[in-house]
Amino acid sequence: MKYLDEFRDGAKAAILVAEIESLIATMDVPRDRPLHIMEVCGGHTHSIFRFGIEGMLPKQIELVHGPGCPVCVLPMGRVDDCVNIAERPEVIFATFGDAMRVPGSRKSLMQAKADGADVRMVYSPLDALAIARKNPAREVVFFGLGFETTMPSTALTILQAEGEQVANFSVFCNHITIVPTIKAILDSPDLKLDGFLGPGHVSMVIGTAPYEFIANFYRKPMVVAGFEPLDILQSIWMVLKQIKEGRADVENQYARVVPDKGNAAALYAVSRVYELREFFEWRGLGSIDHSGVKLRDEYAQFDAERKFAIPNLKIADPKSCQCGEVLKGVIKPWQCKVFGTACTPEMPLGALMVSSEGACAAYYQYGGVRQHAAAE
Amino acid sequence: MCLGIPGRIVKIDDAARLLATVDVSGVRRQVNIACIVDEEYPVSSCIGDWVLIHVGFAMSRIDEAEAAETLRILTELGEAQAELEAIHLSAAQSEGHAE
Repeated sequence: MKYLDEFRDGAKAAILVAEIESLIATMDVPRDRPLHIMEVCGGHTHSIFRFGIEGMLPKQIELVHGPGCPVCVLPMGRVDDCVNIAERPEVIFATFGDAMRVPGSRKSLMQAKADGADVRMVYSPLDALAIARKNPAREVVFFGLGFETTMPSTALTILQAEGEQVANFSVFCNHITIVPTIKAILDSPDLKLDGFLGPGHVSMVIGTAPYEFIANFYRKPMVVAGFEPLDILQSIWMVLKQIKEGRADVENQYARVVPDKGNAAALYAVSRVYELREFFEWRGLGSIDHSGVKLRDEYAQFDAERKFAIPNLKIADPKSCQCGEVLKGVIKPWQCKVFGTACTPEMPLGALMVSSEGACAAYYQYGGVRQHAAAE
Repeated sequence: MCLGIPGRIVKIDDAARLLATVDVSGVRRQVNIACIVDEEYPVSSCIGDWVLIHVGFAMSRIDEAEAAETLRILTELGEAQAELEAIHLSAAQSEGHAE
């Protein structure tokens, strides 16, 4: 497939790996203190496991899997809120498939559906709007989820609903923003990171300028990366080169998709529809200031939080679950006590095992477990 | 939901509502193109363009020249690597001769 296959070329990957090896050989990195490079985005985590990229890298490089999987960072209380909305008899609850199996304290959306709630899996928020048009007597609630990548699509759908006066459509807005999250990670005392792979598709919307503080203030290299194996390997090589040369810059490996200035039309829709929340609760990371958005007052009629009474309870994660430590990169997925035993993709305890972009599910699915078991 | 997929715009369905049909590996689907049109790129100019699609929206026009540039850098890296290996090999061989 065009724009995918040419970035999966095995011969070119071998060359990049050799380049990475010869570069790191000149860098005097102790084997017991490898460089820690965090991929912020869950899409990267997925690709890294799918293509076995960790196994190609020299021992002096360790990839730390960041918090950029929107489903995985959703706190249990928010899932409960979804289930509460979905169980109302007048509601059709529309959601991306990823979110269906995330456990709540009572049940997941999937279990709610099995128990009779009208939960429908959609590919696009526009599909949810179409359901609303077809079912004028029902209330259709779309579960708005994701970073800046999907934030514009929800905003544009709300603008379309406004234009068409679709009164029975609303959004349960759980969109989150990347920059305060990266800042929280950089300020976390648990973590010592040497560089970042920047989220390609968030950057396609927001551009590269919002990351300047990472280079200028925290002095860490950041390379905005594409999602194919050659993209990821090349981006790792670019991060290494910056470390070797003593630079900290924001660079863009994924220029075929990411314009440095981002997407003006998408940002305009985002700024029209949303405003920042004071804080937003993250699974594993706690509350982060200004890390989520809500609908502006002008769009109150499309805001499920105002349309329905939402309990918005805080629910602690199950004690055995170590999603938080995995999310912060403090432990590896396979070091969690319940990984692969009480917690599997079929019966997940924690959200990281649910989404294909979650580090645990990716490890489990692509055999990272066996690799590590063999290495130890 | 973060990965997206490349597709090619094959038909404008509704210029006012900014809806177009894309072909993704032989599968056709309607997407919204609001994020990739502006004065420089009017709706009529979109046919044939490769775009990256996320949750029913074309979110970015894929830049053919930039894609080629990334691949060119990778090819050059390969050539440099081959040259370096040749130098190492010839150095090793001449050491061998000296002995």
